Amino acid sequence: MNSMLTIAMPKGRIFEEAAELLRKAGYRLPPEFDENRKLIINVEEEGLRFILAKPMDVPTYVEHGVADLGIAGKDVMLEEERDVYELLDLNISRCYLAVAGIPGTKMNDVAPKVATKYPNVAAAYFREQGEQVEIIKLNGSIELAPLIGLSDRIVDIVSSGRTLKENGLVEYEQIIDVTSRLIVNPVSYRMKEEPISDLVSRLSKVISFGGKEL
Amino acid sequence: MSRLFMFEKPLGMRDTLPELYEKKHRVRSLMEKAIKEWGYSFLETPTLEYYETVGAASAILDQQLFKLLDREGHTLVLRPDMTAPIARVAASKLLKEDFPLRIAYSANVFRAQQREGGRPAEFEQIGVECINDDTVSSDGEVIALLVESLKAAGLLNFQISIGHIAFVQELFLQILGTEERANALRKFLYEKNYVGYREHVSSLALSSIDKQRLLDFLDLRGGEEVIGKALDLVENERGKKAILQLKELWDVMNDYDEQDKVKFDLTLVSHMTYYIGILFEVYAGNVGFSIGNGGRYGLLEKFGKEASATGFAVRVDRLLEALGGAWEEVSVHCIFFSQERRREAFQLAKQMHEKGTRTVLQDISGVKKLDAYTKKFANTIYLLGKESTNE
Repeated sequence: MNSMLTIAMPKGRIFEEAAELLRKAGYRLPPEFDENRKLIINVEEEGLRFILAKPMDVPTYVEHGVADLGIAGKDVMLEEERDVYELLDLNISRCYLAVAGIPGTKMNDVAPKVATKYPNVAAAYFREQGEQVEIIKLNGSIELAPLIGLSDRIVDIVSSGRTLKENGLVEYEQIIDVTSRLIVNPVSYRMKEEPISDLVSRLSKVISFGGKEL
Repeated sequence: MSRLFMFEKPLGMRDTLPELYEKKHRVRSLMEKAIKEWGYSFLETPTLEYYETVGAASAILDQQLFKLLDREGHTLVLRPDMTAPIARVAASKLLKEDFPLRIAYSANVFRAQQREGGRPAEFEQIGVECINDDTVSSDGEVIALLVESLKAAGLLNFQISIGHIAFVQELFLQILGTEERANALRKFLYEKNYVGYREHVSSLALSSIDKQRLLDFLDLRGGEEVIGKALDLVENERGKKAILQLKELWDVMNDYDEQDKVKFDLTLVSHMTYYIGILFEVYAGNVGFSIGNGGRYGLLEKFGKEASATGFAVRVDRLLEALGGAWEEVSVHCIFFSQERRREAFQLAKQMHEKGTRTVLQDISGVKKLDAYTKKFANTIYLLGKESTNE
């Protein structure tokens, strides 16, 4: 049996912080790791193979077992609801999901609309509030939707709040805090127990919780 | 809705084409043989059952059931598993006397899929139920038979993870006090959300010792050593009893010489309410999903019998995936004949059929592209024209 671990990494925002955390945990990743454009990177010395995926797809790769582990934001986990273990809060890429819109506006009474990249999360949130809204799924530049009248509100992740501000939007409600999680396939969790336990214990030693005790 | 293509099937439904059928059939017969050798009797139950009885009793989520109405307006379901129908039959027909009952099945079950439409919504399960025997020996028997039947099917690289739901519940009750709180925490295990579990534990008003106990619980995975660790955590009698059952199970597996295939994972919570004791899941190295599962359940009470049962179910589609392409091609012979030598061809074919050689009889004038067609067969025999040596 091949004991090499395959880890699905999210391209973009989270990637650098995740790579840094792995290095802190003592994994020797080559310097070109960060600027690599390849989709698959083997780090033979460490017995690791990385695949670079769209953040939203990371849990999919892990659920199907083609990646043993993955690093995925809680936002993605909530949206995708994949059957994987959520083992560690890596406490990186902290942000939150929020409802935002044009300042001083109310939701349209007749046809309230919400644009988002997270249709499941948004639908669940408004349902819990007892509000009936139409959810419009967009794939990016969500801030555009209220500006040109596609929707009254958006549901999106907010980290510094700059994007909202620059587009003249304000936050109305916070939905949930988001950090990145280490996730693992249920089969790999059993069949490759040793290398995974090792990785988990090494990572958990270097996760910083900034005062928050866990 | 867009217009259907003529070749389309309902979402999640699949054809089993000849090549796959062969593989499936072979795996099925190998597993069935092993199961029959252990004295289990196979049975069949109807594809449709009442929603109110079997549908509601099954372990499958309501939204995964295919429902329809009969002429009286009763809601029916396509059976989502075989355990509930067997519990129905056992409680109403078979359990007349108070004996242990060993039942097996191989049948298709139906579960509507929530996402990515291509996932199978109908698939075959092979399984057994050992009913009305509460002993750990019977839990062990079912697990050992699972190991044996998988080995018989040719699967080598697999592992069975065993947990005990009563232990989880008793430990949580001991620390948290109420059923409601215990269920809330157990839900995190069911959802495989350890991050949420830890956050929930740290938010509870508990002594640091109890918090540590709940956190240590997550590490209860591995071999025999887990039993000692678990005994350190649990204080109440029923919790201890659950662990002693696992200890006994370990010894039972040892006596079967199958210890190397099993591991403990006390965090295993396959279902929120269905199981009542020892439960397990099977994993194969190269498939991302578990290929089968099982455990002890109290389902028969719903059908009016005070009895518990244990059993396993293996998903044949996933087992086939785990076995991969490790199957030899089925070899089929072909006798091409013309009218003149038809009788001779039929006689030869009969002999070959009797020997168990798969042989096709093909009238040569029915074939348009002979060269290409002959490539489909392991061997070809020509009985053409007037009696001659033309073979």
